[in-house]
Amino acid sequence: MTESVLFYLFSLLAVVSGASVILQRSTIASALSLVVCFFALAADYVMLDAHFVAVVQVLVYAGAIMVLFIFVIMLLNIREPGATPVGTLSNRGIIGLMAAALLGVALIAGLDGLVHTPVTAINVDLQGGQPAYGTIAAMGEELFRGNYLLPFEAVSLLLTVSMVGAVVLAKREV
Amino acid sequence: MEAVGLTPVLVVSTALFTLGVIGVLTRKNALIVFMSVELMLNGVNLAFVGFSRQTGSMDGHVFAIFVMAVAAAEAAVGLALVILLFRNRLTVQLDDLDRMGG
Repeated sequence: MTESVLFYLFSLLAVVSGASVILQRSTIASALSLVVCFFALAADYVMLDAHFVAVVQVLVYAGAIMVLFIFVIMLLNIREPGATPVGTLSNRGIIGLMAAALLGVALIAGLDGLVHTPVTAINVDLQGGQPAYGTIAAMGEELFRGNYLLPFEAVSLLLTVSMVGAVVLAKREV
Repeated sequence: MEAVGLTPVLVVSTALFTLGVIGVLTRKNALIVFMSVELMLNGVNLAFVGFSRQTGSMDGHVFAIFVMAVAAAEAAVGLALVILLFRNRLTVQLDDLDRMGG
């Protein structure tokens, strides 16, 4: 019971702060709203028994990525040229809003078939020496002994490449 | 303890994804467009975790972790591009960037 209530509360917080991200005029306010959204989502992951994902969400998203964002915002120190009020949208903005709303309606319509899917209980208890669902042990089992060892190594290569790429791009003289 | 159903998870996931699309399509500031993309990625992650819980396998969690890793790589390169753009054009307003080449 508590799980459901907390899930709804944090979901509400996530959606409200997510809306705040795209409605704020100042970039830094958007970034801070996004941090709130990430924390709320981390709480949602805990309610869904995804403990490791929740930890990584806080460490990587709310920590590393958002620090990078705020660092760049502060570094560039952008002056919004006559910050546009939210109410006034250009033609392009109106068309974009309509297209996005259409997509939202289509996605919700797609959910319709799933609404009646019965909720299965998750076997969180230990079964035959298998680590419990959602824990770091289960994740490590999956990543290093399951089918995901090669993708895991590929991602490490991707991160190295992107790090080198970022340095090459942002450096003044290579 | 009553478990959270799949439907509310997917509704929240859809809401976040759609908010991200709205941000990408309507905002002009490149940094806010970037943040909207992150919002979309998070919506998808929530759907992954929700489905993973529904099926009782850890695969969705692994996908969510991979999405986060790719998002980190994308943020690093993308923000480097924004810095480069700002240095050359002194703006991050996407409407002002309508020329190709130098």
